[in-house]
Amino acid sequence: MSRKLLLTHDNVPNLHTIDVYRSKGGYASVEKALKKMTPEEIVEEVKKSGLRGRGGAGFPTGMKWSFLAKPEGVPRYLVCNADESEPGTFKDRYLMERNPHLLIEGMITSSFALGANTSYIYIRGEYFYVSRILETAIAEAYAKGWLGKNILGTGYNLDLYVQVGAGAYICGEETALLESLEGKRGNPRIKPPFPAIAGLYGCPTVVNNVETIAAVVPIVNDGGDEYAKIGIGRSTGTKLISASGNINKPGVYEIEMGVPVEEFIFSDQYCGGIANGKRMKACVPGGSSVPILPDYLVCKTATGEDRLMTYESLSDGGFATGSMLGSGGFIVYDEHQCVVRNTWNFSRFYHHESCGQCSPCREGTGWMERVLHRLEKGMGNMNDIDLLVELAKKIEGNTICPLGDAAAWPVAAAIKHFRHEFEYHVLYPEKVKDSKHGHKEPIMPVKPAPVMA
Amino acid sequence: MSAHAHGTQHFDETKRANIKFSAEALTTIENLMKRYPEGKSKSALLPVLHVAQAESEGWLSAEVMDYVAELMGIQSIEVFEVASFYSMYNLRPIGKCQLEVCRTSSCWARGAEDVVDYISKKLNIKEGETTTDGMFTLKTVECLGSCGSAPMLQCGAEYHENLTEAKIDALIDRYRSEGTRKNYTDLNYTNSK
Ligand SMILES: Cc1cc2nc3c(=O)[nH]c(=O)nc-3n(C[C@H](O)[C@H](O)[C@H](O)COP(=O)(O)O)c2cc1C
Ligand code: SF4
Ligand code: FES
Repeated sequence: MSRKLLLTHDNVPNLHTIDVYRSKGGYASVEKALKKMTPEEIVEEVKKSGLRGRGGAGFPTGMKWSFLAKPEGVPRYLVCNADESEPGTFKDRYLMERNPHLLIEGMITSSFALGANTSYIYIRGEYFYVSRILETAIAEAYAKGWLGKNILGTGYNLDLYVQVGAGAYICGEETALLESLEGKRGNPRIKPPFPAIAGLYGCPTVVNNVETIAAVVPIVNDGGDEYAKIGIGRSTGTKLISASGNINKPGVYEIEMGVPVEEFIFSDQYCGGIANGKRMKACVPGGSSVPILPDYLVCKTATGEDRLMTYESLSDGGFATGSMLGSGGFIVYDEHQCVVRNTWNFSRFYHHESCGQCSPCREGTGWMERVLHRLEKGMGNMNDIDLLVELAKKIEGNTICPLGDAAAWPVAAAIKHFRHEFEYHVLYPEKVKDSKHGHKEPIMPVKPAPVMA
Repeated sequence: MSAHAHGTQHFDETKRANIKFSAEALTTIENLMKRYPEGKSKSALLPVLHVAQAESEGWLSAEVMDYVAELMGIQSIEVFEVASFYSMYNLRPIGKCQLEVCRTSSCWARGAEDVVDYISKKLNIKEGETTTDGMFTLKTVECLGSCGSAPMLQCGAEYHENLTEAKIDALIDRYRSEGTRKNYTDLNYTNSK
């Protein structure tokens, strides 16, 4: 059995209540942090742990924390990113639903480390019922003296609030989130300045994902070195993976970094293999924004190494033959699924979610969606395929926030690995006319012939 | 801090005689506005609009937006800007139960379109339409963070997952017999300064 740090007690009944949570050792990190450690020592432990942001970008958390500006007399804020809208990702919801106090504990310990006296959890509006679970748990924590004035008699004060959003993927981008938290449209800000200098209300702010903040609890309890022992290289600790698509056992799994992808997909401990006895066709390993991989690049890298569940291994081969760990939204597609149709689906998503501030993203996502729709309906032509590649190139890197890239990469990767399937749609429209229930005959990726040296 | 920004007491009731939130809702709104630092109560706009929508049959008219602006001491256009940006605010009337079916990849791969078709046929409405009795609206939405329990739909604050035709039948029967509006939010925001 692999080691768990976040979902250790997730099957204990009533774990969401403070008494049960306490009986499992809950809030120990707050006690340790506030009474025995200085804020700088906590930041040091987080640095040692090698923890990297679990929201998607994988930026080292300790380093991010040490960038936080500390001007005299200006409040600092910690904001938890619980917007979780990346298609294929549902781990934060699972964690908050089962174990809300773990997040609250992490918020207290982290806020203390950063010198914040007011902190917010920004949660997507659709998760309203989860916000209720959090609100109840926060009220319990106030009642027991873990929040509020003079926590544990140490003189440290902290107020913690939940704010619900209202349906907008872009509010997961940290500066859009801050705008939204200020009661505005979720338009990403131009960086710099980064939130560490000017964030919420123009004050120094750290924005961290739910899972990142939860991981601070075991790091403070057991020490950063202990955490860093799990995993491989620069991918330390455990990671929550949201597994979905055509697999036998969809759900949230906590893995030790470094589990082989093959084991993750096919062993009964995790996904339990492909549903209905079918073959795997493709996999999007890190949420909709990362490149799709054809079957032959999922479990092995292009050089024939075992692919592992780490930041490095999943991106081995770059965008030519690799992908990214991203948010850990692991989507598997069976042999009957249509890649053209799925790419159109993702494009529609990004078009719908573009905030509209920059033209390459606003116009480009819409254009890609229309061209993909045409191709999927069997009404496209060969030039459309290259047009898509061109469009993706024009968007990438030319926008205010990374949503533009996130919209472009999946399209570019789908065409790179599944060009024959796009061509098939152009040449044999009758055969693919209703791919709603997938292709009648499977269309599998074609592995390119090895290049002779 | 100006009393105007934080209180409801300066609100001129006669101006919008046709719009009235319950006393409980007004208290909730006041509480929400206290969750932010002095002078930053505009931050409460998103949750306040959820409350406003729940108080106004599930949608925000221009009058309701004006009313919210006045309650919060901000301009109407600031309210409209936000209300029109986020997908959970309805700027037109909707049925009592809005069935929001996820249409994104993981759900699609597990039959989300069949769910839409089934509901559409059963209720005799197309996407975006409302049944003539005003009971149901059918809508498709993007990933709701329930991809591991696909296909799924949301109605108000409730998630309905691993949908089958039988589950949809039971759900629609239940909603019909309850006959009540399903809101995203309740008014239970007690935790504030
Ligand atoms: C379009 C877009 C959407 C994002 N959505 C999320 C999200 O839902 N949750 C999240 O934690 N981070 C999301 N991020 C990443 C955040 O901008 C930010 O990097 C993250 O919250 C930092 O936290 P971390 O360092 O703990 O990962 C998104 C980024 C972009 C560009
Ligand atoms: S890239 Fe897209 S989402 Fe990001 S700021 Fe520009 S228009 Fe908005
Ligand atoms: S794809 Fe439907 S809930 Fe995520």
